[in-house]
Amino acid sequence: MRNVYLVTFFIAVLIVSVFGLRGRHFTQPPIEVFPEWAFPGMKHQPKYKPQSESKFFADGRTDRPIPANTVSRTELRTDDELYLGKAADGSWLRGFPKSITVDAQLMARGHERFSIYCAPCHGALGDGNGITKQYGMGATPTYHDTRLREIAEGEIFNTITHGKTNMLPYADKVTPHDRWAIILYVRSLQRAQNGTVADVPADHRSELGLK
Amino acid sequence: MSNIFPKSANKLPLQIVIYLVVLVGLATAGVTYYMTPKYTRVGYAPVQPVPYSHALHVGQLGLDCRYCHSNIEQSGYANLPTAQTCMNCHSMVKKDSPLLAVVRKSYETGESVPWVQIHQTPDYVYFNHAVHVNRGVSCVECHGKINEMEVVSHQKSLSMGFCLDCHRNPEAHVREKADIFNLDSPTIATKSGTEAGVKFVHDWKIKPPQSCTGCHR
Repeated sequence: MRNVYLVTFFIAVLIVSVFGLRGRHFTQPPIEVFPEWAFPGMKHQPKYKPQSESKFFADGRTDRPIPANTVSRTELRTDDELYLGKAADGSWLRGFPKSITVDAQLMARGHERFSIYCAPCHGALGDGNGITKQYGMGATPTYHDTRLREIAEGEIFNTITHGKTNMLPYADKVTPHDRWAIILYVRSLQRAQNGTVADVPADHRSELGLK
Repeated sequence: MSNIFPKSANKLPLQIVIYLVVLVGLATAGVTYYMTPKYTRVGYAPVQPVPYSHALHVGQLGLDCRYCHSNIEQSGYANLPTAQTCMNCHSMVKKDSPLLAVVRKSYETGESVPWVQIHQTPDYVYFNHAVHVNRGVSCVECHGKINEMEVVSHQKSLSMGFCLDCHRNPEAHVREKADIFNLDSPTIATKSGTEAGVKFVHDWKIKPPQSCTGCHR
């Protein structure tokens, strides 16, 4: 009987030494406890998921591009002010499109989106001193010069949508509504950086240590 | 008739029973320890086509998760970034690095970068990222401290028990809206006590389903 226990013990030691303990790092695909051949179509169902591989389509993707000359439902963009930043006469829109409500909520949204997508290069203040500057991204312009203070809102919209010089397009990440929110926030940054004591209401000046 | 069996054989049936109990106990222990995602999946850190470091980009540079995983708040699926997302910076920063050759090729030709998926639920589980991040569940709850990982590895088991731990006690896991994408942030419960967590769950109408069809379809 003692021999049987010894053999069992050695088998247990063998299993632990082969399979190891929990939590070690490994690069091979994980073992499946219920393998695909025994339970077909459960864990891996024959269906397409986003950004996964397809053996059917020539480009190997399940995600399909939108066919030429078609528009998805709800994606028809006829409002040139909202989607192109252009006024009725074809010039860059000044101010905000009629369908955008400019309020504190839009400003908060703009602040949030600016911090995610713009601040890495343009900096939290919009002065062009984002973190990427330390890593070799040169010549990110500051928002606080006359040209960009006076630029039309519609042209900023176009720059976010299509990019400009070194800046690549952000249309896939920032929705048209969010682009207008960001523009609003950029305008507030420009206003703040060029403010004077006269801009602060008299009864709030003491809070900022101003006279 | 001579004695075929020695006298010690009288004890044998009992000894066999005891041995079987020990054996079943060992087998149960082995199955419990090994046949679970805590063993099979935790620690999975595949070699990726580009050695992208979250520790550098998120931890050190402070990029937001949403800079790359940009549809996370609208989509059930957490998208991987397009090659253009990388090129936003890498068209200027380290633009000739051989490590980024795959990304440059993808950007030029439109071919996919063959990233290896690490966190994967079975196809019969419907997990919706947007619902979770918009309802106080931070990335860190399921993915661990990605912002400190040079190489991303599977940290939590993502087993059904893991899901239910949180679905039954959401108050212990929720975070303020502003902290969702800050992986170093504390939960509301650790910051302001369990009652604040309970209040948040109530105010935000967080009602995590515990029925089968909540997640299985």
